[in-house]
Amino acid sequence: MDATMAGLPGSGVQPGHIGDAKPVGRIADLVFVGLLWGCGIFVLVLLGLIIAMLFEGGLPAFSAFGLDFLWTATWNPVTEKFGALVMIYGTIFSAIIAVIVALPLSFGIAFFLTEIAPQVMRRPIGVAVQLLAAVPSIIYGMWGFFIISPLMAAYVQPPLIDWLGPIPVIGALFTGPALGGGMLTAGLIMAVMILPFITAMFVETLESVPPMLKESAYGVGGTTFEVYKNVSVPYGKTAMVGAVMLGLGRALGETMAVTFVIGNATRLSASLFAPGATIASTIANEFPEAAQGSLKLDSLLALGFILFVISFIVLALSRFLVRSNLKS
Amino acid sequence: MSLAIRRTKDHVVKAVSTAFAGIALFLLAWILFTLVQKGLPALGLNVFTKITLPPGHNGGLLNAIVGSLIQIGIAMVIGTPIGLLAGTFLAENGKTTKVGHIARFVNDILLSAPSILVGLFVYAFLVNPFGGFSGWAGSAALAILVIPVIVRTTEDMLNLVPIGLREAAYALGAPQWKVVMMVTWRAARAGIMTGVLLSIARAAGETAPLLFTSLGNNSWSTDLSAPMASLPIAIYQYAGSPFDDWVALAWAGALLITVSVLLLNIVSRLFLARAG
Repeated sequence: MDATMAGLPGSGVQPGHIGDAKPVGRIADLVFVGLLWGCGIFVLVLLGLIIAMLFEGGLPAFSAFGLDFLWTATWNPVTEKFGALVMIYGTIFSAIIAVIVALPLSFGIAFFLTEIAPQVMRRPIGVAVQLLAAVPSIIYGMWGFFIISPLMAAYVQPPLIDWLGPIPVIGALFTGPALGGGMLTAGLIMAVMILPFITAMFVETLESVPPMLKESAYGVGGTTFEVYKNVSVPYGKTAMVGAVMLGLGRALGETMAVTFVIGNATRLSASLFAPGATIASTIANEFPEAAQGSLKLDSLLALGFILFVISFIVLALSRFLVRSNLKS
Repeated sequence: MSLAIRRTKDHVVKAVSTAFAGIALFLLAWILFTLVQKGLPALGLNVFTKITLPPGHNGGLLNAIVGSLIQIGIAMVIGTPIGLLAGTFLAENGKTTKVGHIARFVNDILLSAPSILVGLFVYAFLVNPFGGFSGWAGSAALAILVIPVIVRTTEDMLNLVPIGLREAAYALGAPQWKVVMMVTWRAARAGIMTGVLLSIARAAGETAPLLFTSLGNNSWSTDLSAPMASLPIAIYQYAGSPFDDWVALAWAGALLITVSVLLLNIVSRLFLARAG
């Protein structure tokens, strides 16, 4: 058995070409295998190139401002003083809002899809939820800008400002004029966008729970929810944390939807309603005004590099968690 | 805890979860309704027959639609073979090799990496050194977004092909290229097609990577070495404008793009359902 398997590409070992004596076939095979390796390595090189080009592009900004670039809150094209703090804060904060909102929804929808919905409805509803991920991000941007922002300005932000604004400490998050946009609106829209990714991975994980485990829990009298909470979710915990990280990673780099609603103000503000900026929105918004070879353009590339590093760490962690759960 | 309380809790959680699923469906319906409500009235013949014109001139989106089709077409021509071969590498020759493991990891990162950074990369790599914004650069950026999708689905689909099928072909003395092209790919055809369709859908909706690569163009141009219009960029430009007729056109474009992307998604799922 081992001997036959060893020669197969599916097992990762080069085939021995037993019986393939024709030299034409050999040469064609060499070319083909070369192409396969070439394309596999191309994918590797691509990521390396992206990192290298962003770093190289941002280098003048890093050398002009040093590490201070990371925690300087000024972004002033006039005096050519640039720092990334406001955008890093906006990127992480808005993505965390998105995850906080999307997480309970995903838990609920995954519970619905795996335990509650009648069998015939699971697929269509699952697909419909997945279609939310297919809607292009610019559509979310328009929907957010023309539909959600006015609703936020009229019905959500004013009462929050009235009720929560006066509370010390937390109140700072809920101050300022109700303009409709800002960090909260951006976070809410991104929550809708990452919801299908998290839900799909939750469902996949929950469906991999051995039926025996669940049945024994039902056998000792657990309710559907108790089995979900105490058996299914703990079983897939690692992969589910990975799924949340993937959602976070997606939200960190989201551009168009955020650019439409966040207000694109490069000032630091604690308020959830004040105009802010993320790294991606700043790049999209300020790039057209950045002249070739200017320090501003270098700073935007440096911002891109920082975003890449943050996303890379989050996505790598997500993948590690998801894969380690699948293996065990 | 008494049984009554536990059962009530169970019912409440079930009701809330069902409501959450309802919210997700409602959001999808709301977005689609908004698009139809605002996009349909603006979706006249002029959208397909006229190019983008200054406000008040009853322009259309013809150049943007054509530009998008050209750039997506080239991206697919570049991306499909690379993605297919790299995916095949991961499923066959590189499966357990160190290069294979790293490439699989890198591909997963590329799959979810911020698309705007791909645009920024192509800007730094192709636009800046080679004389400015161009349709080629836009196509290259879209190709980079398309590749990881195709790699991933190809690998997954090839892994589903039974090893016995390959063994049988090898036993007949077929070289590897024949086994892969005539047996493995053929067996996984529908699944691979799904990946290609999904990647078209992804490329069609991407805006951010085109901002710094093909830039957009308000006149008629099919010159790939010049800035080229695209539907998402036209929508971005028009939606943020203060002119009502431009905003209306943006909605028409948004409706077009969303319907195409969703149809592609549904068709690809049907493909997959028929395959498996």
